[in-house]
Amino acid sequence: MSRILHSTEGRLALITIVVFVLMAALSPERFLSPQNLTSMAFQFPEFAILALAVAVAMLTGGIDLSVVGAANLSAVVAALFMANVVGADGGAGMVALAFVMALCVGLVAGLFNGVLVATLGLPPILATLGSGLIFTGFAIAMTGGSAVMGLPSAAAWIGNGTILWIPVPLVVFALLAAALGWLMSRTSFGLKTRMFGANPLAARYAAMDTGAVLIKLYALCGMLSAVAGFIVMSRANSAKADYGSSYLLLAVLIAVLGGVNPYGGYGRIIGVVLAVLSMQFLSSGLNLLGVTNFAREMIWGALLIAVMLINTLAKRRTS
Amino acid sequence: MTDTSAPLVTLEGVTKRYAAITALSEVDLTIRAGEAVCLAGENGSGKSTLIKVLVGVERPSAGRILFDGVPQTRLTPTAATRAGMQVIFQDFSLFPNLSVAENIAMTAERATGARLVHRRRARERAREVLDRIGVDLDLDARVERLPVAHKQLVAICRALAADARLIIMDEPTTALTEREVARLLDLIRRLKADGVAVLFVSHKLAEVLEVCEHVVVLRNGEKVADGPAETFDAASLTRAMTGRDVAETPPEPLDPSASDLLKVENLTKDGAFRDVSLTLRAGEVLGVAGLLGSGRTSLAKALFGLATPDSGRVTLDGTDVPLGDPIAAAGAGIGYVPEDRLTEGLFLEQSIARNIAVGRLEAHASGGVLNLRDLWEEAAEWLKRLSVKAPDPQAPVRSLSGGNQQRVVLARWMARQPRVLILNGPSVGVDVGSKAEIHAIISDLAARGLGVIVISDDLPELLGTCHRILVMKAGVITDEVAGGEGITEDDLSHRLAS
Repeated sequence: MSRILHSTEGRLALITIVVFVLMAALSPERFLSPQNLTSMAFQFPEFAILALAVAVAMLTGGIDLSVVGAANLSAVVAALFMANVVGADGGAGMVALAFVMALCVGLVAGLFNGVLVATLGLPPILATLGSGLIFTGFAIAMTGGSAVMGLPSAAAWIGNGTILWIPVPLVVFALLAAALGWLMSRTSFGLKTRMFGANPLAARYAAMDTGAVLIKLYALCGMLSAVAGFIVMSRANSAKADYGSSYLLLAVLIAVLGGVNPYGGYGRIIGVVLAVLSMQFLSSGLNLLGVTNFAREMIWGALLIAVMLINTLAKRRTS
Repeated sequence: MTDTSAPLVTLEGVTKRYAAITALSEVDLTIRAGEAVCLAGENGSGKSTLIKVLVGVERPSAGRILFDGVPQTRLTPTAATRAGMQVIFQDFSLFPNLSVAENIAMTAERATGARLVHRRRARERAREVLDRIGVDLDLDARVERLPVAHKQLVAICRALAADARLIIMDEPTTALTEREVARLLDLIRRLKADGVAVLFVSHKLAEVLEVCEHVVVLRNGEKVADGPAETFDAASLTRAMTGRDVAETPPEPLDPSASDLLKVENLTKDGAFRDVSLTLRAGEVLGVAGLLGSGRTSLAKALFGLATPDSGRVTLDGTDVPLGDPIAAAGAGIGYVPEDRLTEGLFLEQSIARNIAVGRLEAHASGGVLNLRDLWEEAAEWLKRLSVKAPDPQAPVRSLSGGNQQRVVLARWMARQPRVLILNGPSVGVDVGSKAEIHAIISDLAARGLGVIVISDDLPELLGTCHRILVMKAGVITDEVAGGEGITEDDLSHRLAS
């Protein structure tokens, strides 16, 4: 038991279970209902994927605040293509093409961030704050600020479909989380990312190709954002420059909650997954209990500070 | 004359433990007003912990601290400052962009609780202090433009302006020339006459012995020697600090037919070094001796591409090494073991294995996927080869002693099989046993045909390990001497600091 409590992920798993049990106990028939469980499974993947993007940026000691901007820009480009070129009766192949286009837009957006941070040496928090606004600006310019509608019905599958009763967004998130977990722990790129985050100066002194690592990493963040943007678009059956604006804060919160060290070097994908789950349980549960959205955000904030406090105190005790 | 009043500072059985490590073990120390005490010890002997305990930054695990005979039960930095304890760190912690007067008056003004800065009052106060110690400095000069010795004066004045009764000086002489040291000693005599006590803390204290009443030597957190300064000399101090005589491993004589390996021609970087030329032969250990600020570290960084020189050329085996690019330098076969192991050399929280492997991750990966078993096995092999006492290659490198940490950095570079290895301060913060073993590693590397450059301010180390030693002063190589028996330590030290 004490071993579980000693690791950040162990504590997080415990918190997730406690939140789930608590919410199930407070309103058993509604929280545990199939409708609620299914709706949760459709809701969280889009911001959970953004949280993964923020988390991997945080591993380097940086952050990506442009994830929502990049997600919307990618979605707008894909939606414009589907609405204007493909038309409402486009098939799955055209949707797949649109998805690839979204990924490319995300890639370019991420490369832009990477160059700002790695080549030009701007502080990630400011560089991505600025680039996020630029991405949103492009999306607004392309759409005039209104939603792009008239998507083919095949596009709805990725946000609303199921595979063996499992929601497609959940499957996408699970696959991405597993792939990222593997990438970060089993590849030289993942190890370099961590080592750079742990001590950028020592990484330079060890002749690591730090610039290339950072550029690839931000490109990865951009592509993850594009996937999230595509899911949002599919669920909303439209794309807009300012969808999901509350997701940025949520994504940062989940990454920190998930035990990713904001100063870099430490963090596990499993932690981010657990943090996503506990946040979703909490927010759905509170919703069912009739707690207003405003109070919910306050509770999120309190939860964030509480978890960081516990992590800090636990670290102080062991050192 | 015997002083019957309570001593200014008394430490009784002070012990400080960090988790499993005992940094200080039952240390007693007494400092009287107007007395200079010399606290000697190697890096890691507990000197800095003792300072921290004395000024309230760290709380002792056991023992008592008394100021003027009054026990201090909950000593805080503020309380220590109020009691007149002032530390002058090696870097002086001055504000480079402020004037001399502002720097001197800063702490004192803060202590009065005034929220506004009074320019005129600051000047008056600074002038008073300068007059008190009979020193003349331009009050309006910006501190960043001053030479090191003057910065030190400003720091001393600042301590005095804050009503210092004990000035603790950390490594006060490392960056000073002989003449500047003499001037500092004069000043210390005046301070003592004025009733101010001084605690010198250093691993090289022979030069301040003459103004000290008392010498205390720490080793591994314990007080191993304590006595009147007259009973110590440079040799006995070293013996007390190290506990034994270091067995040196002189390098094998250089093969006269050895080829030129690394050639540096007219390398210049404005403000750091000028017109540096040198040739390193295969199998040669070349020393670079210089005081702090002589340009020795800038030169090393430039050779490894961490700084871009303004002009000049570096060739390895006749092929140009691109300047200002560490990846290219490493690719060409140059390795660099940095001076500050903790911030530049190691990823402290990461595992020992990762710290070793990070230099050549590509070799452990196919298509980007790491072969973790291969990585761990190689790390374990290096740990064995360099006899690192590590319980587990998966443990964070932080858990190792200084000597073992240094070997981890060495292993990282040796695994890359470099042609030239630059070692900056290879035995800083390393215990005596490890030091001898690191020297043996250097000698072994040279025997395998590597070119090794050792940069150090530890003269016996240079004399013991190098074939040749270059003397660097104010960014210029001024002298070249043969290592080994060719020259004495005193002679070399004189050439460095004169």
